[in-house]
Amino acid sequence: MQSHCGQWVQIRTTILPPDARAEAIPAETREVPLEMRIKGWQVSPETATTGDTVEVRSTLGRHYRGQLEAINPPYGHDFGAAIPELLEAGEQARAILSQGKEAT
Amino acid sequence: MKQVDYQSVMARRNDTMLTALGLDYSPFLENPIAFDYEGLMGMVEYDIDTIRRIQADSGVGNTALIELKQITELGRLLAPAGKGARIFVKDEAANPSGSYKARRASLSLHHAQKSGFRGAVAATSGNYGAAVASQAAMRNLDCVVVQEVFDSLGIGQPEILEKGRACEIYGAEVLQLSVGPELFYQFLRVLEETGYFNASLYTPYAIAGVEPLGVEIVEQMTAATGRAPDVVMCTHAGGGNLTGTARGLIKAGTTETQVVAASVDLTGLHMASDRDFNRKHFTTGHTGFGIPFAGWPDRTDVPRNAARALRYMDRYMLLKQGEVFYMTEILARLEGLERGPAGNVALAGALALAQEMDENQTIVVQETEYAGAGKQPSAQLSFARSNGIDIRRGDSEEEVPGESVVIPDHPSRLRVRDVDLDRVRKSLIRKAASLAPEGRVTREEDILFLAEETRTDTDFVSQVLESDAGAP
Repeated sequence: MQSHCGQWVQIRTTILPPDARAEAIPAETREVPLEMRIKGWQVSPETATTGDTVEVRSTLGRHYRGQLEAINPPYGHDFGAAIPELLEAGEQARAILSQGKEAT
Repeated sequence: MKQVDYQSVMARRNDTMLTALGLDYSPFLENPIAFDYEGLMGMVEYDIDTIRRIQADSGVGNTALIELKQITELGRLLAPAGKGARIFVKDEAANPSGSYKARRASLSLHHAQKSGFRGAVAATSGNYGAAVASQAAMRNLDCVVVQEVFDSLGIGQPEILEKGRACEIYGAEVLQLSVGPELFYQFLRVLEETGYFNASLYTPYAIAGVEPLGVEIVEQMTAATGRAPDVVMCTHAGGGNLTGTARGLIKAGTTETQVVAASVDLTGLHMASDRDFNRKHFTTGHTGFGIPFAGWPDRTDVPRNAARALRYMDRYMLLKQGEVFYMTEILARLEGLERGPAGNVALAGALALAQEMDENQTIVVQETEYAGAGKQPSAQLSFARSNGIDIRRGDSEEEVPGESVVIPDHPSRLRVRDVDLDRVRKSLIRKAASLAPEGRVTREEDILFLAEETRTDTDFVSQVLESDAGAP
């Protein structure tokens, strides 16, 4: 993957390494760095590959430096698949209502 | 040049926050315990009618009140004869950013703009980010949102990813962080770098912005049923939703309406755990925020939190995750309303509570939120299933947060589970006592304040303080 100046990219930076993290957090969280991801227009260098340090300009014009992670990554989240347990519950609720209405 | 390491930035936190608020909190910080809460709220210089006009100007509020006739009928079929209150919902999804949070953002950003700030910063992983971004967009202000989104593997759950996308679509700069409360450090750095407004969820503006919701409920229910509702159910997390709504009910002249909180029970999952992060299938409206914020509101990004839910809470109910997913399905199936998860916590509570109430009584569930990719139970539960969470139908009591989601095998599984509010009240009083410089609360003023904070009386407060003083 090669990114170019002017492309909308996502970078990643470390805000706090594990040894600088707050004391009052669970051990499993202290073992990993606090990281930040941000998207912006690549300003430099001219071309970069994954992991290279790049500078981006955010949509507000603020500048950030970090490791290139992706070019215009898809949001990725979707609707998932139908949940059969909920479909059944919906059918059952309608049936309860229908039977109740018939009984009265 | 200012040092920007963690310790230096955190050491400047109070100055940074105050500069970024345009409000003078000093009169409310003279004592460690008591302060003039109504005075704090009085920093908002607008009356309720002016607030409503300001909000209407930005497309906020005046949402529909919808009677949920089939869900009411379902409740009556499950209830003893003569029981089963009528259930209504305020369709807050109709606000510009798709949730009631637009109310909190609109007044805050009106204030920010009037005070000359060129932008706003919000630390939030919820609907509030989109609300601030949307309100900033329509005022041509900059917006930065700092979100907790990913675990250490870079994985975020669908609902949180959607909330990040929504901020981007409104033109915000979105800083997406991995798990941890040190997000606050990054938030402070952005405030220092930009000089923008701290669009905290907990300023008097953010709370006063919710008050019209309570007023609208009274007006619309009076038009629909001839009187104010018997119960208003609020999904509860940080407390602003409940506080603002309850204050609005009072401003509309109602005193009899009960205000009931509802949270999803996530007992056992740690809010700052990298491992637990993606095992919570609700990103807000849960006990991870609801219990600590009810028991101690001053844990936020402002010196004094204007959201003080325990002052207004008549009851506090807990729901299981599976019950809220169930209710989201039922709302779509029986009422033709596809809505996001947040308000459905209160709705699940309402179905259970309605069965304790008489048929001629009424409940208003005071919010819905927008639905969309990532927000649906199908998205959240597909993600959960792929992470090995056991999803099945059965007795919701058997649900174990982080391990299983039990979709009720019958609507009668949804039942009222009350939080022991006296325990929460005692915990607040004890925490306050620990702040007293002399090690114990002696001042009359503090005792009176704690009685108001806990919605009790001075006898209750004194008893708690005395029983602690007598303890070994």
